[in-house]
Amino acid sequence: METLVSEELVRKVYVWELPVRLYHWVNALCIVALCITGFIIGRPPALQSAAEASFSYWFGTVRFIHFVAAFLFFFNFVFRIYWGFVGNRYARWNNFIPLKKRQWNEFVSVLKVDILQLSDKPILSIGHNTLASLTYFITFLAFILQSLTGFGLYAAMSTSWFPDLFSWIVPLLGGDFMTRQIHHILMWFFILFGLVHVYLVFYHDYIERNGMTSSMIGGWKFIDAEAHKAKPDDKTK
Amino acid sequence: MIDKKPTVYEEVLAAGYSRRDFLKFCGTMAAMLGLSASGASQIAKALETKSRIPVLWMHFQECTCCSESFIRSSHPIVADILLDKISLDYTETLMAASGHQAEKSLHDTMEKYHGQYLMMVEGSIPTGDEAYCCIGGRSAYDIVNEVADGAKAIVAWGNCASAGCVQAASPNPTGARPVHKVIKGKPIINVQGCPPIAEVMAGVIVHLLTFDRIPQLDGLGRPMAFYSRRVHDTCYRRPNYDAGLFVESFDDENAKRGYCLYKMGCRGPNTYNSCGVIKWNNGVSYPIQSGHPCIGCSEASFWDNGPFYKHLQSFPGFGIESTADTIGVGLGIATGAGIVAHAISTNIRKRKHTNKGEVKADIENPKI
Repeated sequence: METLVSEELVRKVYVWELPVRLYHWVNALCIVALCITGFIIGRPPALQSAAEASFSYWFGTVRFIHFVAAFLFFFNFVFRIYWGFVGNRYARWNNFIPLKKRQWNEFVSVLKVDILQLSDKPILSIGHNTLASLTYFITFLAFILQSLTGFGLYAAMSTSWFPDLFSWIVPLLGGDFMTRQIHHILMWFFILFGLVHVYLVFYHDYIERNGMTSSMIGGWKFIDAEAHKAKPDDKTK
Repeated sequence: MIDKKPTVYEEVLAAGYSRRDFLKFCGTMAAMLGLSASGASQIAKALETKSRIPVLWMHFQECTCCSESFIRSSHPIVADILLDKISLDYTETLMAASGHQAEKSLHDTMEKYHGQYLMMVEGSIPTGDEAYCCIGGRSAYDIVNEVADGAKAIVAWGNCASAGCVQAASPNPTGARPVHKVIKGKPIINVQGCPPIAEVMAGVIVHLLTFDRIPQLDGLGRPMAFYSRRVHDTCYRRPNYDAGLFVESFDDENAKRGYCLYKMGCRGPNTYNSCGVIKWNNGVSYPIQSGHPCIGCSEASFWDNGPFYKHLQSFPGFGIESTADTIGVGLGIATGAGIVAHAISTNIRKRKHTNKGEVKADIENPKI
């Protein structure tokens, strides 16, 4: 395999800047922590104990971790939105909302090549492909909804001004019960997204051999130089 | 009806209560409303100087549990004076008059005190087929609109009038709607609960009498004094929740020890009410204290948020017992299966290319 990775055939591209990578891993850790603690809060394990309540606070601690992770998650996300306006071209906001025809064409071909495996033509995107970008845009919407419902529920037990900004969502949804229900259902979206996301990273790395997995650590991708040269509308030159 | 109406205080004295009783009542009410120490004298002064406000208490689709709760208030003055003497301009359940006399009383009050009387509504209003609730040959919808027109403010008693309660539960055959969905442009106070706590009801009336304005309301129109905290936050079993000590079934050792009922579907964490503080039946107990989880009766559509003994709502279309978690696990397995199928297919294709010597397919065939 080493013979393929010659200097002429492969070009190194710095795709993910350090703030993007930091955002990604903070976000990933937060989501894992929030899902685990959230699941425990929704369905606490049956600890049969004859203890007195005053000697233990583990459930309160689980909830505390959930709330701290939620704050971190939220402000990390706010930072990512900011970076969508100042970051490099792969981090820009307009990657995530397909407004151009070119993006929709790519969307269809990604669907054909990678998901349905009907065609063997390669996808020559360097950052996110359009299908991935749109999926991330949907996750951003889920982030927003999850933050709204979460902080909306949290507002009732907080005297701080920040969660209070979200308290309007509860009456809008008809009460705490429905807010909580939506918050709980959305957790499953995050879990399912996580499964598919990790698999597809491995898949792309396996098929395209462009160092996708490690790019989220080091920032660099290894792009097929010849293929990109042959593609006229590519903007990376 | 005499023109110079007696003040509330005069009514109290006439009913045989002493000034001491009256002041005790004012003190109780000030405490219930969460007023400062001077609140009691404010209430006393208001009740001494103000005459009673005419009240029209309407009954529509309901079970009268709000009235029942109200007349069981811990302080006798509440039922005796506020209801008996104050509110009797019109209330189908308790008024002496009936038939045409009752309707005349209603219309007299509406004309004489146009823009001044309080309208209190118990029950929801059918809007699907108005014939489901008719009084004196007229539909509830017509009556509520007519009476609301001249009302100073509207108090919606209980879950029926505030959110539709059981009549508005799916599939809502009568098209039952709460007052705030029928009447627009009037101040409406939703005194939630099925029924509301008697002291809460009395507190709202006293607040209206004393301050002559509606109390501070939350986002769902409920008085903040009574509905700003969750049952969970004021629950005496809360330390068990924080310690992760839960009742697993109604007959287990944990239930006996009085652990938290969260896993039995307790709606305390989602329900705003004063049950944990004021309690019921003269402060004797409340559902959780009696070992039963809260069913969230002061929240909109609590009947549809079932089953009562599960904390997650059953998921429509997937059977009674399936919750978001059941569906989630199912989708997780389906996703996993999809991933495995995709991975197998990927490997077959990749092997095919390798065998054909097309490892560099993506380079040789660059056009899209």
